[in-house]
Amino acid sequence: MPFDLAFIWAGIIAFAVLTYLVLDGFDLGIGILFPFGKSDHDRDLMMNSVAPVWDGNETWLVMGGGGLFAVFPLAYAVLMPALYIPITLMLLGLIFRGVSFEYRWRTKRWKGVWDMAFFGGSVLAAFCQGVALGALVQGIDIADRAYAGGWFDWLTAFSILTGLAVVIGYALLGATWLVLKTEGDLQLQMRGYSWWLGAMTLALIGLVSILTPFQDAVYFQRWFNLPGSLISMVVPLLMLALTWTFFAGLNDRKDLQPFLSALGFFVLSFIGIGISFYPMIIPPSLTIWQAAAPDESLAFALVGTVILIPIILAYTAYAYWVFRGKMDPNEGYH
Amino acid sequence: MLESFSAETLARVQFAFTVSFHIIFPAFSIGLASYLAVLNGLWLRKRDETYLNLFNYWKKIFAMAFGMGVVSGIVMSYQFGTNWSVFSDKAGPVVGPLMAYEVLSAFFLEAGFLGIMLFGRDRVGDRLHMFATAMVAVGTLMSATWILAVNSWMQTPAGFGIGENGQFIPLDWWAITFNPSFPYRLVHMVLAAFLTVAFVVGAVSALHLLRDRADRESRRAFSMAMWMAVVVTPMQIMAGDLHGLNTLEHQPIKVAAMEGHFDREGDHQPFALFGIPNEKDGRLDHAIEIPYLGSLILTHTIDEQIKGLNEFAREEWPPVAIVFFSFRVMVAIGFAMLGLGLWSIWARWRNGLYDWPWLHRAALVMGPSGFVAVLAGWITTEVGRQPYTVYGLLRTSDSLAPVDAPAVATSLVAFAVVYFFVFGAGVFYILRMMNQRPATPKTGLHDGPVRAAGITPAAQIDPNFIPGAQPKEN
Repeated sequence: MPFDLAFIWAGIIAFAVLTYLVLDGFDLGIGILFPFGKSDHDRDLMMNSVAPVWDGNETWLVMGGGGLFAVFPLAYAVLMPALYIPITLMLLGLIFRGVSFEYRWRTKRWKGVWDMAFFGGSVLAAFCQGVALGALVQGIDIADRAYAGGWFDWLTAFSILTGLAVVIGYALLGATWLVLKTEGDLQLQMRGYSWWLGAMTLALIGLVSILTPFQDAVYFQRWFNLPGSLISMVVPLLMLALTWTFFAGLNDRKDLQPFLSALGFFVLSFIGIGISFYPMIIPPSLTIWQAAAPDESLAFALVGTVILIPIILAYTAYAYWVFRGKMDPNEGYH
Repeated sequence: MLESFSAETLARVQFAFTVSFHIIFPAFSIGLASYLAVLNGLWLRKRDETYLNLFNYWKKIFAMAFGMGVVSGIVMSYQFGTNWSVFSDKAGPVVGPLMAYEVLSAFFLEAGFLGIMLFGRDRVGDRLHMFATAMVAVGTLMSATWILAVNSWMQTPAGFGIGENGQFIPLDWWAITFNPSFPYRLVHMVLAAFLTVAFVVGAVSALHLLRDRADRESRRAFSMAMWMAVVVTPMQIMAGDLHGLNTLEHQPIKVAAMEGHFDREGDHQPFALFGIPNEKDGRLDHAIEIPYLGSLILTHTIDEQIKGLNEFAREEWPPVAIVFFSFRVMVAIGFAMLGLGLWSIWARWRNGLYDWPWLHRAALVMGPSGFVAVLAGWITTEVGRQPYTVYGLLRTSDSLAPVDAPAVATSLVAFAVVYFFVFGAGVFYILRMMNQRPATPKTGLHDGPVRAAGITPAAQIDPNFIPGAQPKEN
């Protein structure tokens, strides 16, 4: 396991994608839950709970894509044509949900239209992200530094399953976020949803985890052959522990614990995928080192990244701190 | 209809379409973020509520434009890979890190502080709020810097080698970033963004002055906008001239296309005010020319000659007509801007700045001129770079992703429908907000005292309007 620039960069890109999942997951989840808001007032609150932070969250997606372009250009050049349709649909979904944050305050007649755009765009974006993940796990054909498959290769039962899993999982993050940020009836409603969504998310994670080792013999070995499996098995055990803290948190009417536990589900699933993939960046045949840009590019980009990422994390944390606590129903600039 | 086009043409149309839509929003938000920082600074310094009212008015419009810029920008960051994957693979090692720096130093900064700027004044206090506002402005300028470094490198590549696998290998990052056309392009674009906003602000203020010439906020904003027009337009014309000389040095074919210059003729170069480029026969038809002016513009002498298109191989030509016409549109608008600026100086001197309806009508008409000029300028430089993506080194036809024409056609139609629908609605809402006067207590429809009919002049329907009163912070 050479510890070199490409390896460090794989870690940074993985970190950016994970940060994206952690941050944008709950605000896409708010969109997925949007039609279940019982009144205009509740829906306003739901949206306002993420309005000050959503574009910062989505910037991590640009970081993931832009970072891949910068340091693993070959992976980017293979992945994007392979996932042409889900990526395009995801982008269109993000457009609809992104503009709704402002649009729905600017019109009365069309407010319902933008509410639907917020919901539909969020579901579409989440589903496509899950489908893209599933397609990546299943592996992508490469020949001569380019994607060599057909343009519907991504569409399989497995990728639809991962798509569904991500939609449900994001909805869980959204519900537990609202448990954290709201009070009264809305909080009660979301706590109720969290039970169901939590159970469904865990069931789907379990199903995907069982199916994944059968997508590729390498994954199977990674998970079920000694001694590697001893380390790999830590992940499912931690998942069990988090399952307990999640449901206990809901049961004890804790505000923060269910949200953090749900984020933990995502972090662990992500680590699980990492264990399956390494050292591939695009299974089954493109490794991190094959896809990496020359060291001159990696080194130049790394200097700024190690300086700027901590600063970004600091002011992002500050922005969350400024808007901490329960939502004030009367606040908002609109 | 789209079946007859090649995947390359469709991919080019798609990129041109999505990037043209996108550039409108950053061009606006780069200028507006700086304007907002100035307004907020003036409010904190002078405690004159006119500035605060203007700040609160334009910040809501900024939020709209910024949101549209974010979502149309995410599309751009993935389009390189979906449609131009060979370009991405080959040029990624050079342009990728520059874009990563744009994300890290600009996008995060803007997005991180935007929430505080929009929603946070009461929570963080004036000082930190001012800091956040300034950071948003700095972020927009940083973003322009990096992306223009990328674009300029594609126009005038420098500081690289070619690897065994065909990739561009970065050798000297300083030379890559500060490539020969970068400083000119950066100055030209940032000034263009400032002018775009100056003319939008000028038009909105002029609209409200036409309705009520005593409107304090509109008087202040109109004055500021016209100062910008007077001061920045001449700077921009000079910057454009220098940029043109730089282009002549590095991309003479582009300049020949801009000029509609096919052959050398006589001992000096005329400038064609108008003409119809005839690419087939290699000449400019129906030309209306001013003698000597071409030499004067391009070489700053009256008798020096430059190379014509016919002296270059045909497969190196860009589409001449597009470049020729878009360049003329940009230049014409530049001089119209200068004209309005001079008119406003005259009006100011004669104490008519707030009272001359024809000046206000002209300013209103000139409202969208910045956007048109920005688009025309980008069309000139980007179409003029054809047939290359990395000038002289990587042809557009060799940059394409292995995606079939039907897939590109379908996504193109999807983008077109969605963009016209979504951004059309957004522009409509922005115009409706602009139609309300700046001191209206609650701009927008949400929960203000008077809601119906956003198209009626707000002053006439808003019974709570008190001139100069501070609107309740919401």
